[in-house]
Amino acid sequence: MRSTLKFAVPLAVAALALGACGTKGGDTATPPASGGAAACGNYKIGMFGALTGPNANLGIYIQNGVNLALDDYNKKHADCKVTLENYDSQGDPTQAPALAKKAIDDKKVVGIVGPAFSGESKAADPAFNEAGLVTITPSATNPKLADNGWKTFFRALGNDATQGPAASKYIKDTVKSTKTFVIDDASEYGKGLADIVRSDLGAQVIGNDTIQQKQTDFSASVTKVTSSGADALFFGGYSPEAAPLIKQLRDAGWKGTFVVADGVKDQSFIDNAKDAAEGTIITCPCVPADVAPDFQTAYKAKYNEDPNTYSGEGYDSATILLDGIAAGKDRASMVDFVKAYDKKGVTKQLKFDAKGESADIKVFAYKVEGGKIVSVGEIK
Amino acid sequence: MQNLIDNFFAYTITGLTIGAVYALVALGYTLVYGVLRLINFAHSEVFMYGTFAALWVVMLLGGRPGAGVGQVIFWVAMMFVAAMAMSGFIAVLLERVAYRPLRKRNAPPLIALISAIGASFVLAEIMGLRSRITSWVGLDDNLRDYVRNSRNNAGMPTIIAPQPIFTIGGYHVTNVDVFVIVGAIAIMVLLDQFVKRSRLGRGIRAVAMDPESAALMGVNRDRVIQVTFLVGGVMAGAAAVFYMLKIGITRYDAGFILGVKAFTAAVLGGIGNLRGALLGGFILGLAENYGSAVVGSQWKDVVAFVLLILILLFRPTGLLGESLGKARA
Repeated sequence: MRSTLKFAVPLAVAALALGACGTKGGDTATPPASGGAAACGNYKIGMFGALTGPNANLGIYIQNGVNLALDDYNKKHADCKVTLENYDSQGDPTQAPALAKKAIDDKKVVGIVGPAFSGESKAADPAFNEAGLVTITPSATNPKLADNGWKTFFRALGNDATQGPAASKYIKDTVKSTKTFVIDDASEYGKGLADIVRSDLGAQVIGNDTIQQKQTDFSASVTKVTSSGADALFFGGYSPEAAPLIKQLRDAGWKGTFVVADGVKDQSFIDNAKDAAEGTIITCPCVPADVAPDFQTAYKAKYNEDPNTYSGEGYDSATILLDGIAAGKDRASMVDFVKAYDKKGVTKQLKFDAKGESADIKVFAYKVEGGKIVSVGEIK
Repeated sequence: MQNLIDNFFAYTITGLTIGAVYALVALGYTLVYGVLRLINFAHSEVFMYGTFAALWVVMLLGGRPGAGVGQVIFWVAMMFVAAMAMSGFIAVLLERVAYRPLRKRNAPPLIALISAIGASFVLAEIMGLRSRITSWVGLDDNLRDYVRNSRNNAGMPTIIAPQPIFTIGGYHVTNVDVFVIVGAIAIMVLLDQFVKRSRLGRGIRAVAMDPESAALMGVNRDRVIQVTFLVGGVMAGAAAVFYMLKIGITRYDAGFILGVKAFTAAVLGGIGNLRGALLGGFILGLAENYGSAVVGSQWKDVVAFVLLILILLFRPTGLLGESLGKARA
């Protein structure tokens, strides 16, 4: 009895965990249509990104948008529904290739929304390219991703080659910083973005540092920033590091402006940094909720909160794939369909150039005020 | 390099603060190694549970910035009580569940090591899945604030606002820095005296020196081992409070890196040696900060481990070298 229990308990726990994962996707994405018309392919689209882990909020915001698009589609096509398959990478590039293989092996999957982050995109996209499985990322912003000649790579938002200069411009023109410190987290995304800001601001950058992901004690970086006399700090990275970093800077009495990018546009940044987050400037190639009022209303009705970072982009990415399915495309013909796509989405005109980059790009500035992230307009 | 010279005191003080936390956690590794010749790799999780206990008690008592001195003292005292109780409990539980059954069967040390690593994963994942566990037992409505985003950072309100007290070499030393460094040293002096003078401390030293003779002399070995785990856990709990006051943000995997660092500190000072753990902790904290200043923060861990390798090359038993058993009172 004892030995059976020893096995039974971990098994039960594992089953529970799996069950919980399953229902998470399942309660929103309707179960596969039983039977259906003969022509129905029972197709699926994949959601590839961090759905658990420290960066899960960014993945869940996207997933919410994707689910909304699926609901719209399945309402119209009740006889042949499309389901969502989740590939939870936890934002970790080392987990990405195995998940990519899983998606590729599932022949019912005709397109992927994601991978959400730049690091995992770099790790997974070569496999998707080889298999001809189309990916539309609603959030990975490293510019170099588009330079690999991947035929299946599409990006439904501006990349850091536009976000970086916009952040630099904001630091120069609006923050009016003359002495800027730049820190990155050595990630594909964070370092890429910080390097762009560094080269844009030139001599105005009075100091640099690189931290590590999962680091919590930033005392050395804090000393570097405070002793440099910087009036603004740009951090290229994600919210799990941004929150303790700004908290420790404020604790040390630093008064300058903290400027970050889309990787920090996540409510958990404010929840953890608390008062230290106030006044933080966040740039993002994501459109504010109020730009698309219909989408905002629908989103709010379903999730009881406003659309968040990349929810709209997630909705648009999924819509492109779903339009493809409605037009009778399968995995092989989906790539050309996406390439030729030209329609107005909730965030922008959805159209891609030869490299798979979005043709219509806007970058917005947000600010943390009273514990909320509020839009302060487009950076032009 | 110039940056380090210009801000020498800033790097030194902040390095000592984090070094104090390393040292307190390192004590747990060293104590257990002293009596059992075993590296308790789950000790990092003992620390992590302490950080959560400290965080939860502050949330429960409605901790907020800008409260009066009396109120703050009460909150900090409660943090110590909660974190030490939690960490002590987890450490004793570990000994009961993961080590004692193996010891009873005379399992080889490698098995205990595997058991330690397994226990570490289990403890970390339980914390990382706490929202699932509470919803499983139907308490998620009551405990939502405590378990929300269980795999993400959990931040504590700043109950002690850092205020500069005095200035050395251009660095404004804050009340938090002073409290952490002085508090940690005070606790370590207490522990040192406990091991040196008390009856239980004598028992710990006796078992460390020669378990069989100690048993023949009437020392209850199991009891001593249990006390050792408890004391190590309580030290980790104190470290957790200092960590939360200084860093203020924890996560279910926060113990991992800190545990590796504290283990490094213990080996650096001479594993099994209490004063070695203290010395190792402070040296490691300073080395990391100086290294970050000179070669960049991304090399922080590299600096720490290169230092460890260098010291072990020349002094394989660590800086102070002696084990707990050989240390004379």
